[in-house]
Amino acid sequence: MDLQNITYLVVGATFALYIGIAIWARAGSTSEFYVAGGGVPPVMNGMATAADWMSAASFISMAGLISNMGYGGGLFLMGWTGGYVLLAMLLAPYLRKFGKFTVPQFIGDRFYSKSASTVAVLCLLTASITYIIGQMTGVGVAFSRFLGVSNEVGIYVGMGIVFMYAVFGGMKGITYTQVAQYIVLILAYTIPAIFISLQLTGNPIPQLGLGSDMVGTDVSLLARLDEVVTDLGFGKYTTTTAGSTLNMFVYTLSLMIGTAGLPHVIMRFFTVPKVADARISAGWALVFIAILYTTAPAVAAMAKMNLIRTVTPGVVMKGVDPYSADAQIKADERPDWMKRWEKTGLLKFEDKNGDGRIQYYNDKTKNEDVKKKAEAAGWKGNELTVNADIIVLANPEIALLPNWVIALVAAGGLAAALSTAAGLLMAISAAVSHDLVKGIFKPDISEKGELLAGKISMAVAIVVAGYLGLNPPGFAAGTVALAFGIAASSLFPAIMMGIFSKKMNKEGAIAGMLSGLAVTLFYVFAHKGIFFIKGTDYLDVIGGANSFFGITPEAFGAVGALLNFIVAFVVDKMTKEPPEHIQHLVESVRVPRGAKAVDGSHAH
Amino acid sequence: MDDNGKAYWSATLGLLTKILVIWFLVSFGAGILFADALNSIKLGGYPLGFWFAHQGSIYVFVALIFIYAKAMGNIDRKFDVHED
Repeated sequence: MDLQNITYLVVGATFALYIGIAIWARAGSTSEFYVAGGGVPPVMNGMATAADWMSAASFISMAGLISNMGYGGGLFLMGWTGGYVLLAMLLAPYLRKFGKFTVPQFIGDRFYSKSASTVAVLCLLTASITYIIGQMTGVGVAFSRFLGVSNEVGIYVGMGIVFMYAVFGGMKGITYTQVAQYIVLILAYTIPAIFISLQLTGNPIPQLGLGSDMVGTDVSLLARLDEVVTDLGFGKYTTTTAGSTLNMFVYTLSLMIGTAGLPHVIMRFFTVPKVADARISAGWALVFIAILYTTAPAVAAMAKMNLIRTVTPGVVMKGVDPYSADAQIKADERPDWMKRWEKTGLLKFEDKNGDGRIQYYNDKTKNEDVKKKAEAAGWKGNELTVNADIIVLANPEIALLPNWVIALVAAGGLAAALSTAAGLLMAISAAVSHDLVKGIFKPDISEKGELLAGKISMAVAIVVAGYLGLNPPGFAAGTVALAFGIAASSLFPAIMMGIFSKKMNKEGAIAGMLSGLAVTLFYVFAHKGIFFIKGTDYLDVIGGANSFFGITPEAFGAVGALLNFIVAFVVDKMTKEPPEHIQHLVESVRVPRGAKAVDGSHAH
Repeated sequence: MDDNGKAYWSATLGLLTKILVIWFLVSFGAGILFADALNSIKLGGYPLGFWFAHQGSIYVFVALIFIYAKAMGNIDRKFDVHED
């Protein structure tokens, strides 16, 4: 069977599975709709959380980014996993004990203020909607690349599938579908990695392969990679940091607290039966996430190695000088996968010096030695550009793996994007129907009415997300920074202070959230434009790019969070204590005993 | 808060502090601030600082959550505030 038909078959089978699960897990009550009835066992909840968390960005983009960045790419690995430690210890068990459906509801009740809850809804919606645009775009790209349909058709199909299981199944349908999606995506990620690790190092476990010797030699893969890349003018793979040590530090911290503050992740911990389960559930989630996250660095380094092997065949294994006359591959003998990806525009080759061969090196290097060698060899600049996003998808093709593996990777990419989109839609729907409609506009709405409002708001959210996916506002890359910045600078500190400071009052919390949010938006917009509108950036106002101690806008969330804490404590000291019953509420949230099934009733 | 409640909360905070110190040391310490120094030590083919940033801290994170969940369960029972 050819690649196209196998891909149809594998992707079709996974979709049939998701829809089957959705029919089986239809939600009947608001509790089943929002929190799956609070009855999901911890291991299964961990698996669903992992699928929810690992988006198209983790699956498709991350290894490619690490491949280009080397050591500095570790900030994604540590940042997107370390947040779970914070989540497990600082937020999840206490929010589960609090026992309500949504994050804004906790903030509203704890800070005895509708305004606080409204600010939280606003933050939640902005973070979730910006995040979901990227997912829908990812769905469209994956469909059009692998199924040969147009981008638009891809997004419509994706919207239809998510609609089926999210609207009818609610959190219960989403949770069980995500378990299936996790299994698909993790197989799709690890199987090619195992093959490639075997080819390069003879070790089938990628995590060990990355620390092993190259097959048939006694030089370790990383040591050889360091030599090869520095020879071509790139930074040393194992030591090149991301900007500066300070930037890497702050960036990692921002991703960690952003992870812990993202509402669609926090929501997952309302679905477990007990407080103790919320703690252990975060551990299981991280186990399942770690399987992909510890494989990613191996995929990254090995893809870099394979790319160099493809362009300059004798260099890696036989130690041929890449600058010698016939070391580089002839352009018309380049492999088919390169030609296939050239059509997408994500891989580009341009014969700058007209010698009919491909030269791949860093032509912006400051290494005089490399510059001299390149000049002596008659090289006129780098001739091959590879978009980071194709590394994972092209990986099985680069390593010449069988067609079914390529088909599986397509299904995996779709599973990653769909599962995250569904989780985000759930968070949006709950915020709108539960926190806005029931909490503020129409408190006397019946359970049936609320369920209907939830389904309608989810359907609207799907259409909006689909529309934005079809007409991406051209800010996909910047929006991730915004989503994490908001979660880190506004939601995380507010929830944490709500639990760990009995005396924190509403004035402090609101002032903290607003100032953390404002300063983060100010810094992000200065770089990326006001609401990402091109031409409205105002870098000169803040004194140039990354002017705050060289910190990039993506890394700024941690600074916003710090300001949030400081402002909150200062304002708290100047205003009056929270009422007695709120202090009792905090005391009761801190102990597990008496945890009830999660319900949605508003306390006042 | 009664005395038992106070003692329970301070035991909880003590555990959190210990876990957070290790969390910080493996990632921000070994993976970032001291990575260069640690790279002179090799773990198989891995320079140690690089290993912490790309592998080690993730393994430690996983272990930390399970240790926390276990220790927290013990504290709950010791102060008799566990769920039924």
